[in-house]
Amino acid sequence: MSANGQIIPSSLSISDLPWQIRWNQDKCTLCGSCTAVCPVNSIELGVFRKREIKAGTGFAEKPSSSQTIRYGIRQRTSPAYACVGCAMCSLVCPNDAIAPVRNDGSDKLRYHINQGGQPKSRGGRRNDPSGLLDQIKFIRISMLTDPALDAGRHTFDVNTLLGRVLEPRDALKHQREHGWMPPVREIYPLVIGGMSFGALSPTMWEGLQMGVAYLNEEMGMPVRICTGEGGCPPRLLRSRFLKYVILQIASGYFGWDEIIHAIPEMKEDPCAIEIKYGQGAKPGDGGLLMWHKVNKLIAAIRGVPERVSLPSPPTHQTQYSIEESVAKMIQSMSMAWGFRVPVYPKISATSTSLAVLNNLTRNPYAAGLAIDGEDGGTGAAYNVSMNHMGHPIASNLRDCYLNLVKVGKQNEIPLFAGGGVGKNGNLAANAAALIMMGASGVQTGKYIMQAAAGCLGSEQDRCNICNIGLCPKGIASQDPRIYRRLDAEKVAERVVDLYLAFDMELRKILAPLGRSTSLPIGMSDALGINDYHAAERLGIRYVV
Amino acid sequence: MCRLFAVTSDTPLSPMKALEALDAMREGHDGSGVGLFMRDLGGPFAAIKGAPILSGIFTDAGLKKLDTLMMDIGFMTKYRMGIQLPETPPAGTPSRDIYLIRAYDYPRAWENLAEEEKHRRLLKVRLELREMGEADGDMIVFSFWPDVIMIKEIGDPLTVGRYMDLDRHGITARIIMAQGRQNTNYAINLYACHPFFLEGFATMTNGENTAFIPVKEFLESRGFDGYIGFQSDSEVFVHILHYISTFLDLPLDAYKHIITPLPDEALNSHPDASVLRILKQSCRRLIIDGPNCIIGNLPDGTLFMGQDSKKLRPGIVGGKPGIWAFSSEVCGLDTVIPDRDKSKDFQPMHLDMAMVGPDRKEVKVCRQTDRLSRQA
Ligand code: SF4
Ligand code: SF4
Repeated sequence: MSANGQIIPSSLSISDLPWQIRWNQDKCTLCGSCTAVCPVNSIELGVFRKREIKAGTGFAEKPSSSQTIRYGIRQRTSPAYACVGCAMCSLVCPNDAIAPVRNDGSDKLRYHINQGGQPKSRGGRRNDPSGLLDQIKFIRISMLTDPALDAGRHTFDVNTLLGRVLEPRDALKHQREHGWMPPVREIYPLVIGGMSFGALSPTMWEGLQMGVAYLNEEMGMPVRICTGEGGCPPRLLRSRFLKYVILQIASGYFGWDEIIHAIPEMKEDPCAIEIKYGQGAKPGDGGLLMWHKVNKLIAAIRGVPERVSLPSPPTHQTQYSIEESVAKMIQSMSMAWGFRVPVYPKISATSTSLAVLNNLTRNPYAAGLAIDGEDGGTGAAYNVSMNHMGHPIASNLRDCYLNLVKVGKQNEIPLFAGGGVGKNGNLAANAAALIMMGASGVQTGKYIMQAAAGCLGSEQDRCNICNIGLCPKGIASQDPRIYRRLDAEKVAERVVDLYLAFDMELRKILAPLGRSTSLPIGMSDALGINDYHAAERLGIRYVV
Repeated sequence: MCRLFAVTSDTPLSPMKALEALDAMREGHDGSGVGLFMRDLGGPFAAIKGAPILSGIFTDAGLKKLDTLMMDIGFMTKYRMGIQLPETPPAGTPSRDIYLIRAYDYPRAWENLAEEEKHRRLLKVRLELREMGEADGDMIVFSFWPDVIMIKEIGDPLTVGRYMDLDRHGITARIIMAQGRQNTNYAINLYACHPFFLEGFATMTNGENTAFIPVKEFLESRGFDGYIGFQSDSEVFVHILHYISTFLDLPLDAYKHIITPLPDEALNSHPDASVLRILKQSCRRLIIDGPNCIIGNLPDGTLFMGQDSKKLRPGIVGGKPGIWAFSSEVCGLDTVIPDRDKSKDFQPMHLDMAMVGPDRKEVKVCRQTDRLSRQA
């Protein structure tokens, strides 16, 4: 900007931005790699003019001035182009000449990213690095009374059940009388949570699916992946891999036509159907696939026109109440597959979770309940929803589990918990804590993106531009020029790596607790926390 | 770690026999407590098999409370055995007022009730007494059941047995279960001491059941009065046994399938696969997860031993027709039946359950891969 440029309220200086670019003139060879890769065009080639005045010290010399010009990198400061700190520029720079640095003061950008009256929206992160799950410790360790198990040598059965499990007397009665038995799937307790085809790039999706298939078929781990709303590629629907997939239907019904049409040709039943009522990151808000990402392929699979934004309504609009909705949708989805496929709702953790759960206990077709806490979600939403709405998962899950215990139906309706599982990298510990508080399994999406594809986002609002189709890693973009950066095979490899590592860590947690023959669902006596009120609230031990 | 010893014999034996066996195994326990369960009684109790026997520890005040309550219900004392104790108890054993072993006649009003109903009511009375006693600390009630005596005390098993002079009092039984050591993970409490008893079923265990809380929460939510206590993480074993026998009407060999279900691959090729899969799923909350050896006794007198699926706890069965013993160590077995054919001793592995029926002819071993003896 020239010195006499117009200064307006939203004129920001570089130091007003949350991320600043440090560029080193000595190292830079002006190859242009960084500017080419920057997803938000935050840096551009700049021409810098320098006027030098020389005033001689003697009388004979006259003062003179000279002009020089050099080229370099300039950081743009207008709110639309503010650097997101993704560090792609550093990644591609051959000379280590450029890097983003976090502004350690508070930025002024936050007051100006609502240009055009549009509040900020972004990809899913709550931007709060702390979390209760990381505070929980496993305290019941078998030491002297019993030989501890060896995570490496003993066999561990950690699979869990997804599906309505009948009370033992009813189960035996149904069996004797050849009555209908609700379908139950034995699955691995870490489920890849719903991230839709459309939100994720084709390469990312393919990589995840390949990884899951490999885990199932080569490693013998019954890992399941949920599609999220938006349908499923037709070929996958008609393949034997469908059994590893949980199909999601949400309030926008995107992609359901495609699924319904494929039913007669399905070789396998899907693992389950998840009806999404709410997402932890934005409770009370629907999905939002912005027009940037709705290209020809996505439009075809979702059955919509190209390049229109696809907001799902917050609730299933065709139904009158949550009771009616849950009952009807579970019934009709079960019917579609001849009552052979478990159908369960996913809700955001809220103060009304218990109401939904109580409703489910009376519905013989309800196959489970997925609860998504405030740290969950990968999709696009408004900043305010993500940062300020929602209920943490731990206490919500615990309330639900203890409520089931009270009515004697614990694990009859398996609870799956999500929302911040592994958000600071402690995937196995967080998952184990939730399981011991009563979850039959956990769902995670963000960790998978982080670990399997190297998502650059962080809980400190780094990157987080998943919504506008410019994901620099090609994870959440529908632009082939971008998503070709991501190698699906490599994603699959990472999925396998992370599951095997998770499995080992889980065993490292379970072995000293003496648990190996069944997943320690509800083993709350093993948990401790150094926060008195949290301990009271969760019904676990207070330890300091 | 606890030491376990159980014996079933055609001729009634003194409980001291079992305590001697525990003593032989003393290296493994610290002598912190003892529990005794006796059934199919000899001596004076042989003639009054149907009469319910109350066993417990009372203070003088507690005894008065007991008498008032029993009189109110209409129980008449039929036979009483007083255990006179020396002035000073051995080191580590508290001094008690009265060890009560008292047989009653059923109240008149109960006479025409079905056996089952009588049993339900006996349970209720026991629980009521226990609750009253817990409030004031003056009554500890171990069992109230026909043909069953239970004794529990803190201290070294053999020393306690001699102190109570069990031989002299003429208590003998054909089935005896004995355990050395108080409970492990919780505070010292006589109710936490093995064996545990509920409506004719008894079990004792060594080791630690890490699945305790989920199992306890499941049982508590069944709405049955008798599923209480839970002062020890293995008290649930007797409740599970009771639950599958009375609620689910399953045979004893199904017990093993409930607490340690087969892995899926094994299940798929099992002749009873369909029912076992259903049991595995619906009773998943009853899967135990400790290194445990479980010895138990059924109302019909069958004595059995099973292991958790890790089989990290020893357990051995041996004997001869007419007398069989179940022990956590072979030296315990040697003490009581030294003249058996040792080559026939059997150590149940992780899939086995060994049982000796009321006829005491042989040890029957069933493996989880076999057909169920009876379908539910
Ligand atoms: S850090 Fe990312 S957004 Fe910032 S300049 Fe570099 S490439 Fe662009
Ligand atoms: S998915 Fe892509 S755009 Fe979103 S935070 Fe990760 S790297 Fe950035």
